[in-house]
Amino acid sequence: MEPLSWGAIILRILAQFAPVWTALVVTFALSTAFRRRLGLYGKLFDSPIGMVGFGLVMFWVFTGIFAGAFDIIATHDVLDQSASMKNKVPGTPYTKLMGEVAPDAYPYYLLGGDNLGRDVFSRMVVGAWEVIKIAPFASLFAFMVGITLGLPAGYYGGRLDTFLSFLANLILAFPVILLFYLLVTPEIIQTGIPVYMAATLFVFPIVFLVLLWNSRFHTQPATRNLYVGITLVVGTWLYLGIAWDADPLGLVSFPPNLLVVFVAVVFVNAPTVFRIVRGLTMDIKTRDYVAAAQTRGEGPWYIMLWEILPNVRGPLLVDFCLRIGYTTILLGTLGFFGLGLSPESPDWGSTINEGRKLLSMYLHPALPPALALLSLVLGLNLLADGLREESLRD
Amino acid sequence: MAEHDGPILEIENLSISFFTRLREIPAVMDFSVTVQPGEAVGLVGESGCGKSTVALGVMRDLGVNGRIVGGTVRFKGRDLGTLSARELRAIRGREIAMIYQEPMASLNPAMRVGRQLMEVPMIHEGVSAAEARARALDVVRDVKLPDPERILESYPHQLSGGQQQRIVIAMALMSKPALLILDEPTTALDVTVEAAVVDLVKDLGRKYGTSMLFISHNLGLVLETCDRICVMYSGEAVETGSVRDVFDRMRHPYTQALFRSIPLPGADKNARPLRAIPGNFPLPHERPPGCNFGPRCDYFKAGLCDAGEIPMAVIADDDRHFTRCLRHQDIDWAAPMEKADMTEATEPGKVVLRMDKLRKYYEVAANALFGGGGPTRVVKANETLSFEARESETLAIVGESGCGKSTFAKVLMGLETATDGEILLDNRNIEQIPIEKRDTQTVADIQMVFQNPFDTLNPSMSVGRQIIRALEVFGHGATDAERREEMLRLLDLVKLPREFAERMPRQLSGGQKQRVGIARAFAGGARIVVADEPVSALDVSVQAAVTDLLMEIQRKQKTTLLFISHDLSIVRYLSDRVMVMYLGHVVEMGSTDQVFAPPYHPYTEALLSAVPIADTRVQKTRIVLEGDVPSAMNPPPGCPFQTRCRWKAEVPGGLCEREVPPVRDLAPGHQVKCHLSQEMFDRMEPVIRVAAE
Amino acid sequence: MTLAKFILRRVGVMLLTALCLTFIVFFLTNLYPNLEKLAKTQGNFRMTDEEVASYLGRNGYLQPLPVKYGQWMGVLPGWTQEAEDGTIRGRCFAPDQPPGDAPRFCGILQGHWGHSTVFREDVGAIIAEKLALTGRLMLWVMLLMVPSALILGVMAGMREGSRTDRTLSTFAITTTATPEYVSGVLFIAVFASTAVGLKWFKGTATSAMENPTFENFFLPVLTIALYGMGYIARMTRASMAEVMTAQYIRTARLKGVSFPNIVVKHALRNALIAPFTVIMLQFPWLLNGVVIVETLFNYKGFGWTLVQAAGNNDIELLLAVSVVSVVVVLATQLISDIGYVYLNPRISMT
Repeated sequence: MEPLSWGAIILRILAQFAPVWTALVVTFALSTAFRRRLGLYGKLFDSPIGMVGFGLVMFWVFTGIFAGAFDIIATHDVLDQSASMKNKVPGTPYTKLMGEVAPDAYPYYLLGGDNLGRDVFSRMVVGAWEVIKIAPFASLFAFMVGITLGLPAGYYGGRLDTFLSFLANLILAFPVILLFYLLVTPEIIQTGIPVYMAATLFVFPIVFLVLLWNSRFHTQPATRNLYVGITLVVGTWLYLGIAWDADPLGLVSFPPNLLVVFVAVVFVNAPTVFRIVRGLTMDIKTRDYVAAAQTRGEGPWYIMLWEILPNVRGPLLVDFCLRIGYTTILLGTLGFFGLGLSPESPDWGSTINEGRKLLSMYLHPALPPALALLSLVLGLNLLADGLREESLRD
Repeated sequence: MAEHDGPILEIENLSISFFTRLREIPAVMDFSVTVQPGEAVGLVGESGCGKSTVALGVMRDLGVNGRIVGGTVRFKGRDLGTLSARELRAIRGREIAMIYQEPMASLNPAMRVGRQLMEVPMIHEGVSAAEARARALDVVRDVKLPDPERILESYPHQLSGGQQQRIVIAMALMSKPALLILDEPTTALDVTVEAAVVDLVKDLGRKYGTSMLFISHNLGLVLETCDRICVMYSGEAVETGSVRDVFDRMRHPYTQALFRSIPLPGADKNARPLRAIPGNFPLPHERPPGCNFGPRCDYFKAGLCDAGEIPMAVIADDDRHFTRCLRHQDIDWAAPMEKADMTEATEPGKVVLRMDKLRKYYEVAANALFGGGGPTRVVKANETLSFEARESETLAIVGESGCGKSTFAKVLMGLETATDGEILLDNRNIEQIPIEKRDTQTVADIQMVFQNPFDTLNPSMSVGRQIIRALEVFGHGATDAERREEMLRLLDLVKLPREFAERMPRQLSGGQKQRVGIARAFAGGARIVVADEPVSALDVSVQAAVTDLLMEIQRKQKTTLLFISHDLSIVRYLSDRVMVMYLGHVVEMGSTDQVFAPPYHPYTEALLSAVPIADTRVQKTRIVLEGDVPSAMNPPPGCPFQTRCRWKAEVPGGLCEREVPPVRDLAPGHQVKCHLSQEMFDRMEPVIRVAAE
Repeated sequence: MTLAKFILRRVGVMLLTALCLTFIVFFLTNLYPNLEKLAKTQGNFRMTDEEVASYLGRNGYLQPLPVKYGQWMGVLPGWTQEAEDGTIRGRCFAPDQPPGDAPRFCGILQGHWGHSTVFREDVGAIIAEKLALTGRLMLWVMLLMVPSALILGVMAGMREGSRTDRTLSTFAITTTATPEYVSGVLFIAVFASTAVGLKWFKGTATSAMENPTFENFFLPVLTIALYGMGYIARMTRASMAEVMTAQYIRTARLKGVSFPNIVVKHALRNALIAPFTVIMLQFPWLLNGVVIVETLFNYKGFGWTLVQAAGNNDIELLLAVSVVSVVVVLATQLISDIGYVYLNPRISMT
């Protein structure tokens, strides 16, 4: 079989992404049609920058979900090695040195093969899944921690603030890579420290939600008990499963090496969120509506969670997008240094690291994941910019 | 520039629009005004009427979105619209100078004051730095700032608000401009400081022969400073003429309505209540056809007023007096105001709140940035506050910034606890009980209405939800449905349509937000309401409506109203008793009549003299206080007012500098804190006299 | 409070932070699995558990953590042990020194940084050498990054919304979205690989350690600078754009000041206050960049040493690396605070 020309490669890649294109078109069509009823999200479609950013982000989100969770888009198994495909250029027909090529196998390596003869294209699209399944959730947890601690630090000030700020600065003064090298190692997993850290960090979402419901509904005990009860039951169940791997039902668990990556990323991000929330809180707490809440005898947590927090959602949302981007970069860094994730993992950082060793000869193994990571983070930054612009316009 | 002996500024049919993504928003339409040499013209109107846009249009500084879409602006005969950027720069600062509302914001924080002043002649006249500095010294002396050398070396933040505004004025005068545009130059200042600044501007205008365009929302201020006035409404000039003509023989319904909505001497909440202008200011893109004021006008005639464009009409016999009203000849302008519903004065009931020798001291770090660990300073925010407040009574608390009125409110509400003394609510001590320890009833009993309408409501919660939350906290109603019903009733109480329950605060106007704030305060059936400058951030026509609403609820619910304000006109209008505060001390307290008539405390006297009154019949004694209000962090020894008191020389032996004066009773229920002898008090004359009609 | 007192307080906080951080590093590196790994890399990988324990015991690793930390600090006397053959070994013993001459204390307070187990060399010497190499890299990074970022930001921010602004902002966003391991790879691919064939620069910077030239040093410098540059430029742009809408800029404009003078005389100082803090707080980030770039370009400086030390659990080297990086980070924070006070006249010292 003849190798594909570049034109044919591009056409085939575009065709391979067909489900993503469909999903994107549907998303954009629906969102544009209903944008006046969708609040800030709808207004995003007034800003060209925001739309481009959103498009890039959703492209990788859909790619990640389709490729990782549903196993479409990718042309080959990401771990399949073929000795005859080592370092082969893009468009090379798929062959095997040993054994037969399965009849229904995709006939080409669209973006060539890497140094072990794995399909670069498939590894790139599945790599998106590695990011999509960690980065947003890690950022979310970092936000929960940062908010739960940042609100009281900003609201009360004083010693609590001094202490928490000192802790935050302590973590921030650590060079991130040093922290990763110390935390994300097999030896540390043996000691169980990540589990304790996870146990501490993952309490925060439960605390956050309980405080949220209690402060709001303490005047109506029946409603309060219902909400707090549901939160505690579901929260404890997930907590036991995720942090301690002790789900009594045996449904929820978290692979230990993924847990340590997750914990490390949350741990690195939370202090920055803390500082942002603290600063915003200090600003908002001087407003009259906060004073009005105080004078009608509201508790501090009601004021923090229901009077202050909703009014800082704009800047927090913007930072959330940036933080997912930063987390993506951090995950890439981990992969680049071969920390945490398994060496075979198709995540972009690891792939770039492997690809760079042969960079002076072969570009194709390193460039696709590098450009993929670049475009996702760029998309997130553009999205944040669009959101910032539109929320200021309000 | 060649000599020019025509008008300094001629604006003819000027129209300015701002362009947004969606539409063109006309900000100023068909606006004409002429400023003669040496003349001061006042531009009056409510916020959003386009008066500041006119000023920026003259300066040709409308930003990227604004554009002049019609008409001309001629300065000394030259059409400013045709000038190049370079020619424009030569005029700005040299020929036309501008003074702004926020002195702190309009000075460069990172540049010494001297350099900012010197820059003007150095740019325009190319003078040397030494000469520019000499001139800056002169001008700083002219604006009566102490120690000019030191001032030139200061950064703006090292000066007080009044001093900053004087520097801004000095900067405008550096190149002796022909025209001075003042955009609300005193709004950010305290009343007594404002009076001094206004005096200064008038004197300097005379001295330098400068023409002035004075933009203000305050009719009283315009009366004091200007020769001619132009009233604007919703982007249009509705009436122009000499100050006398417009004040005494107004020929536009809006001007008339405006005057009827402000508390002038003689207005009374029971016998002669104010009359608010009904309806709302139209949004720029929702203006009605024909007369913009039509929908709110008492004299509106369908088919005439809404038929088409309305031109300016000349009023015969008056001096250049114009009105934009088609019916100005049909209206009986002399007819007295339709009597609004008169109400019976309510008798104050039993004492509900008593304060006894309340003190509140704060410890603050001496240095905010490097705080902690350093030496602390005690701020005496409240000194021995004693008074009683009765049911159905309105007690006004008057004072300028730093007088301790906000601290007093905080202590009363329980946000702070008292340092010393007592607060008795129904004979129960509450001064040491912080709000979280108070029982629901006590909390619901004392509520507050806040100053800033843009800040008083949580921007991300619907109006109804915010009121319902207050009901929840105060334990009202057993079910959500009951609370919802009660919330709708509260909206009725504050005269807001029920569909506002679903709205978000940003969809409401300032006055409407303030009404929601009032509804929220009364949600728990409050018996004592602290109203902290509840109307000072609102436009005058809205002020009347909100004040009346407060009065009406008070009458219905027999509320005790503690009305904190710096505006003596409104205090005189609505309060039963008045308490004047200065630097944490109550310097005078008595019934409204007692406080507003001699004998006064010297501070009250100055305050009364400082308040501009929009009535040509009123004659005031000018008392201009030197300097600024001292900082509460660093109060003077002895009497707090001694640094600015004009009577100080009358007290022998420097007593004022040594001892805090005792509280003295001048008449039953009338007390002052002053060292002056009874004889001196007897010699005092009224500050405000109304000439016989 | 005077400036001196302020600095003193900050230095106090700094020392406390450094103490806490080194203790955390000490704690993590002295966890038993890490020590076990160390023993096996020092000895051999087939050591039994008993052999590991005896190795660790012989080298003082099995003492209680606070004691070890105290010894490392130099506030507790270094351990000594007598082996079965009668020779006395100890923490403070140099190989060719008679036992009697050894000092009792040898920690960082005495200037002893310890001995690297990977490089088999004195840690102090390694750190000094590597810091010099990285210092050179950082110097060039700063020289490239700061001026271009500031110029970029000011140019974009002085006319918000203009075409220049949009172009420059897009560029800045793109660079912030490009971590060093992506941009480095891209640069090597484009400018140094045989596949593209431009070959303008070298793909490694190893030779730059002895003899830095434009050819072998520019790519690593550019790679680090680019990532930080976008961030600083965006900060500067935001700050500049905000200042340009301030009332005092309008005052200046209506005084007749020309646009270039408004930017230079009135806006610049105010607009640079915020970015200055940011530049200083960039240091922890730059440190990351250094680690990545030195690994990528095989430039054996401080960052490369960090990777070696961390990868091999070289405790004393790792501790020294942490101390140095923490001190650098905290010192820059201190400088940023002081500089902020000097730049911003609104904050007075008295």
